[in-house]
Amino acid sequence: MSTTQFGIFTVGDVTADPTTGRTPTEHERIKAMVAIALKAEEVGLDVFATGEHHNPPFVPSSPTTMLGYVAARTERLILSTSTTLITTNDPVKIAEDFAMLQHLAEGRVDLMLGRGNTGPVYPWFGQDIRQGIPLAIENYALLHRLWREEVVDWEGRFRTPLQSFTSTPRPLDGVPPFVWHGSIRSPEIAEQAAYYGDGFFANNIFWPKEHFVRLIELYRERFAHYGHGTPEQAVVGLGGQVFMRRNSQDAVREFRPYFDNAPVYGHGPSLEEFTEQTPLTVGSPQEVIDKTLTFREHFGDYQRQLFLMDHAGLPLKTVLEQLDILGEEVVPVLRKEFASGRPSQVPDGPTHEALVARRRAEAEADGRPSVPAGSAS
Amino acid sequence: MRPLKLVAVSAGLSRPSSTRLLADRLAEAARRRLAEERAVEVSVVELRDLATDIANNLVTGFPAAALREAIERVTEADGVIAVTPIFTASYSGLFKSFFDVIDNTALVAKPVLIAATGGTARHSLALEHALRPMFVYLRALVVPTAVYAASEDWGTGGNSHDDGLAARIARAAGELADLMARRPAVTDTVVPFEQQLAALRP
Repeated sequence: MSTTQFGIFTVGDVTADPTTGRTPTEHERIKAMVAIALKAEEVGLDVFATGEHHNPPFVPSSPTTMLGYVAARTERLILSTSTTLITTNDPVKIAEDFAMLQHLAEGRVDLMLGRGNTGPVYPWFGQDIRQGIPLAIENYALLHRLWREEVVDWEGRFRTPLQSFTSTPRPLDGVPPFVWHGSIRSPEIAEQAAYYGDGFFANNIFWPKEHFVRLIELYRERFAHYGHGTPEQAVVGLGGQVFMRRNSQDAVREFRPYFDNAPVYGHGPSLEEFTEQTPLTVGSPQEVIDKTLTFREHFGDYQRQLFLMDHAGLPLKTVLEQLDILGEEVVPVLRKEFASGRPSQVPDGPTHEALVARRRAEAEADGRPSVPAGSAS
Repeated sequence: MRPLKLVAVSAGLSRPSSTRLLADRLAEAARRRLAEERAVEVSVVELRDLATDIANNLVTGFPAAALREAIERVTEADGVIAVTPIFTASYSGLFKSFFDVIDNTALVAKPVLIAATGGTARHSLALEHALRPMFVYLRALVVPTAVYAASEDWGTGGNSHDDGLAARIARAAGELADLMARRPAVTDTVVPFEQQLAALRP
């Protein structure tokens, strides 16, 4: 796996198929999400990411449970989230859950942190949405320490203090899972990602590119400001949303009822307006390739491309067909195109192996032992 | 010195529209008032042309290109003239929806002149009861004189003695021009992360 990683991210919505009126059960949807994840590996994609939601019509309330199951049934796929709620989850529990998942999945784990935008969720978990940004900042500051320091004494504003606390298990090979900070509009989150030298994922699928060009530029600039490398070495992830058939017209005809009734943008602009203004592409595999190649022109060389493939009531069978096309016809071309002319100093998409190698190199340079507690070997 | 940017937002629906006419007269009066000290670029945002984009923005959460351009112009303006017809005892839905889709900090400390049109002068206090509170909520600097033009006002003279429409336009535009001329330059900056962290330390 190298250069740009390709994968899919799912919201996990239970939505009626507008062409049949049938709504899948929660059980069917959960099993469909797993089938989709397994298919992602089968067709050669690199990443599967699941959302986290705590209200109907969404099912994925327990991401590490689902990802642990997927881990047991896959060999190469990186398991990730889109997003893990850093505001309403206890950072101690995030530290534990993802370290455990990391061990079970042999390191094939990273996560994307987000604030969540559903106001009522905050009080369900004892939090206050007015504190959204401070919660995201304080909770991550703690999570960051729990994965890096064996014994933590800590006191903050939003959680009971910790005395001599050790989060177990320790991260695999002493290397915490890679963290992306996901944001749609907040420069504060781009600033946070830059400060830590973490990845920044701009979920650009529902909005025009101009907005994200500014946000990603800010992140790259601040990443360099904090001494993590050049702006080009910052780690950027982007979303995408596609529906493909061999003939463009067939794709449009088949997808239109799903678009027109989609929970997020349905009953608003036309499919044609929306595809012109946002990353959504409905057409032939070549059109998807062409549109995705423009992302690199707008945002620079980047590390991870995730597509939204399974929402708005699309039947599982259709989604699996879409993944076949994505894996067989689209991603191989994109891999080749993205690799060509990519400057050597631009980092590849993050993997556990690469992070372990970097840690070893840094430890050797410092003359420290390179095999910490929690090691696999 | 760079020219000042003055943007007039008109929610008039007919063509020609008395709302647009009022917007143009206010903008011209302010431009002339400022002309001695500063060049002024005047532009007009016609909400009628953006009606579908505004409805779509409410649904999708983002503006299409033409609406985005209009929002940017208003956000970057040194002064705004906001004019609506009075419908059902208040601003029109289109007028309100436009300001609903603009970021709620876009008008902070921005000089704003409010004005309205209607068939009869009996609706004039809608400016004070509906428009002024809305712009105060957005923390705009709303000039003291709000201008209401009823159909009958278009026939009044311009002398200050009877406080006709022309006199009120001149007074309001003068107030707007004075605020625009004294407006400090503002810059947008991100709070450095260390400061955000430090603010949370117990």
